[in-house]
Amino acid sequence: MTNHWIDYQNSDVFINIGGNTAENHPISMKWIEKARETKGSKLIVIDPRISRTAAVADLYVSIRPGTNIAYLGGMINYILSNERYHKEYVENYTNASYLVNEDFSFDEATGLFSGAEDDPARNATKYKTETWQYQRDEEGNPLKDPTLQDPNCVLQLMKKHYAKYTIDNVSKITGADPEALEASYELYSSSGEPGKAGNLLYAMGITQFTHGSQNVRACAVVQLLLGNIGIAGGGVNAQRGQSNVQGSTDMCILYHIVPGYMATPQQATHPTLADYLEKETPASGWWTNKPKYFVSLLKAFYGDNATRANDFAYQWMPKLDGRDHSHIALYKDMGEGKVEGMICWADNPAVSGPSAANKRNYQKNLKWLVSVDLFENETASFWQGPGMDPAEIDTEVFILPAAAGYEREGSKANSGRWIQWTWKCQDPPGEAKSDLWIANEMFKRLQALYENEGGVVPEQITKMFWDYDGLDGEVDIVKVCKDINGYRVADGSLVTNFVGLADDGSTACGNWLYSGYYNNYDQPATKNRNREKEGIGTNLGWSFAWPLNRRIVYNRGSADLEGKPWNPDAPVIWWDETQQKWVGNDIPDIPGSWTLEQSTESPFIMLPEGVGRLYSHSALKDGPMPTHYEPAESLVPNLFYPNATYNPVSQRFYEDHTVETDEERERYPYIITTCRVVEHYQSGIVTRNIPWLNELMPELFIEISEELASELGISNGDVVAIESKRLFKDGNQSSIEAKACVTKRLKPLMINGEKKHYVALPWHWGFKGMSTGAVANDLTASVGDANTAIPESKAFLCNIRRAG
Amino acid sequence: MAQLICLIDASKCIGCRACQVACKQWNQLPAEATTFEGSYENPPRFSAQTWMKVVYREHEEDGNVVFLMSKQGCMHCTDAACMQACPTGALYRTEFGTVNVDTVKCIGCNYCVAACPFNVIGFDRLTNKAQKCTFCYDRLNAGLQPACANACPTGSIQFGDYRELIDQAQDRVDELKAAGKTNATMYGLDEMDGTAMLYVLADKPEKYGLPVDPQVSLQTRIWSALFKPFRVLVIVAVAFGLWVNRSHSKKIEQAKSEAK
Repeated sequence: MTNHWIDYQNSDVFINIGGNTAENHPISMKWIEKARETKGSKLIVIDPRISRTAAVADLYVSIRPGTNIAYLGGMINYILSNERYHKEYVENYTNASYLVNEDFSFDEATGLFSGAEDDPARNATKYKTETWQYQRDEEGNPLKDPTLQDPNCVLQLMKKHYAKYTIDNVSKITGADPEALEASYELYSSSGEPGKAGNLLYAMGITQFTHGSQNVRACAVVQLLLGNIGIAGGGVNAQRGQSNVQGSTDMCILYHIVPGYMATPQQATHPTLADYLEKETPASGWWTNKPKYFVSLLKAFYGDNATRANDFAYQWMPKLDGRDHSHIALYKDMGEGKVEGMICWADNPAVSGPSAANKRNYQKNLKWLVSVDLFENETASFWQGPGMDPAEIDTEVFILPAAAGYEREGSKANSGRWIQWTWKCQDPPGEAKSDLWIANEMFKRLQALYENEGGVVPEQITKMFWDYDGLDGEVDIVKVCKDINGYRVADGSLVTNFVGLADDGSTACGNWLYSGYYNNYDQPATKNRNREKEGIGTNLGWSFAWPLNRRIVYNRGSADLEGKPWNPDAPVIWWDETQQKWVGNDIPDIPGSWTLEQSTESPFIMLPEGVGRLYSHSALKDGPMPTHYEPAESLVPNLFYPNATYNPVSQRFYEDHTVETDEERERYPYIITTCRVVEHYQSGIVTRNIPWLNELMPELFIEISEELASELGISNGDVVAIESKRLFKDGNQSSIEAKACVTKRLKPLMINGEKKHYVALPWHWGFKGMSTGAVANDLTASVGDANTAIPESKAFLCNIRRAG
Repeated sequence: MAQLICLIDASKCIGCRACQVACKQWNQLPAEATTFEGSYENPPRFSAQTWMKVVYREHEEDGNVVFLMSKQGCMHCTDAACMQACPTGALYRTEFGTVNVDTVKCIGCNYCVAACPFNVIGFDRLTNKAQKCTFCYDRLNAGLQPACANACPTGSIQFGDYRELIDQAQDRVDELKAAGKTNATMYGLDEMDGTAMLYVLADKPEKYGLPVDPQVSLQTRIWSALFKPFRVLVIVAVAFGLWVNRSHSKKIEQAKSEAK
């Protein structure tokens, strides 16, 4: 999130798109209700079905699964053509005036941007991005047209690109009622007025698509146009599910980054530390400090073994080999017998991953599997899954029982980037141990093995700094916190924050963004619990938010060019003339030494150009402006770009895996989206072992409109069989079963004049635990976003029929 | 009417059922074995193990679908049908003005279950006792709010002074009406001479599955009127139980007279 949960109280209008906040983040509704009560704020919900969030919305628009860019593109077009954007903000704080290369183009027939070429290795399209770049003067400074009239300036390019996204066309693609559509655009764009705040909140219904990253970009563009970034009550607010999923991302759970969102070194492009630092450090913007953070990270990793002479042990740091190691690719390798063992930690991909039935099949190729979880989950018990013959499976499975969050102490980072310490309130049951204990023991034993037996590049492990033992066989968590916070190597003293980090090996820091969260031993910031008495809800005395305890990032955008808050009722920061610096209710997102002019020129300090990107020349692989593509499996052609269907850059891992022909579309004639319910959590392995929750949601069900149910002769509560192409190919099972929930809350949609049906299936069930049910993800496709390879779980095709 | 009541603003209910789980957890009520029968609502009925639940209703009018959710359970009526129906005084009014079941006095006749116009009293066949929401009597005694109100994330269930909450409810109804919900109404202000569970509804009561104009039935009133003169005899008949509970019984009588 750019903002935080409590800041929702400052919003004038909310748009919840691709999320179901009341069910998946119920506490958000506390603050949404507060805003509605105190400010008369409005909640818009964009969702295919009437969820429990849509039920309490002021305005609800139903759209077809997978058409978010059409919807948001329509919003962009509405904002631009009706001049609803925040003019001063857009002109000064975004790249609207920047001129783009004259050779940049977009072909409406093919749906391709300039620079497209075949990528035979992936059987897809890739882009050369030279034509996407800014025009620059001899010194390399981008050229601009402050009048915003040049046909090659970003604003004009956007106007052209989104001209097609009219109410009428968007309605044809999304199936949304045109009046509701326009009403939602009108209401939400009211936040473009200076001083008004629009809050865009989303979750997996934005990200889990083959164009998921572009969905997020579209959200960001809308918010930039309306001047909603950096202000109280605004923001692009990605609502995280798991309580510490923000923390795990910060700590590099994804393979392409190391802690603190720095790229994982690639062997081919970054053979030496100098190569890495040179290629990964931009010429301007805050990231010019990257060498300090990266070298400090190496010092945290390798301690005294990291010296200037050995490039701070860079050669031992594991590097990528150029291959895709994302989730789907990893399992593909497993299916091909390239993976010998797997440690699956607090993860249950046999329920949560795409084409989960295939995944369980691939796990047969593992020699060993370690599962760390609170309960025995489906991944550990894959050999008991549907269609499995345990006699044929040789995988040795180890289950390490883990302590629950309340049974251990440590910090958790919430969606608002607040790193909050939580204390242990009871001992874990039986032999269950904290994750930290398990990690510590596992590493120490691995290190001993490598020391005794050697191996491939044993120094990666043997030279690593590892000293976290505490008393009585426990881990000393304070030592871990010290590492993460960062310290001076010479005397071991904690650094105050990342400003104190250096690139000469004099400091070590496990995650520069977290630096400052454990700033002293007596009362570290993460343990602070001072409620704000008055203010705008930033609660600076409560825990620590990265970076630098800042609660609203890019907050320079909350004030006008002179440094006066756009909204005096909820001022975030302002320019103090007497002190000649930024002050306010939050930590200014501006270096303390800057003048007002500097901060006005570069309000977005993380970006080299210093302004927000309405148009992104390099961040994403699949285009500089979000563009409507159909999901990988779709019943309809791409109405805007007839020769394109799905995202041409998206990742398709298997041949003959998705529905592509008309014949197949007849076989799988319904759109299906996966969803969640408030009563169960993620893969359900915790909640399905809680009787009180099973009582509320005892069985897997599928939501079907009354009209479709009547066509298919399905009554409420009937058992329904659901089929997708994945099950047909898998062979273990021909369909999965769920109870029918026949409801008025789903309605067929008219897509370009044709009626199309869709159904919704929660994915919390599996074959272990006290409440069992089919795995919804057995149906989903292993196709991924062009940039992140996140699977497309929210829009694909199925067939349903009454079972039996 | 009770001095401390709950205001249940159904227009703010997101159906998350934190209240329903909190009720089971605080009162240590076991989970019922349920199946999915086509609605989120579960268990299907109030029972000795389920004292409150979130009720879900879908309606369609002029092409608009509404999905209504509200927490429902014992209303703790001023004119309580269960108390009138109960032959032994097992249903009694507490010092807080709420209605409780004294399971020692309960003889398992089930009259209260039949008499309740809201159908929210459960009957435990194993112990042969009526069971229902206690308004978290034990928590009130400890100065805490009911578990359901404590768990509610949106402020849909609020606990407080009845005068303040009635004013708040009236303001909310006015707000909802102004926002186009012309059927918005308070429920439980006049119903049963006032209930300790006061509702703000965004639509008519029947849309939430609540009875329109709930009443103590004529049969119950006649039964109560005819029976009252003989209550002393019944008390003698269960004298032993009452003897043991004499002091407690006095307290109840006192509470009754205070409530009147």
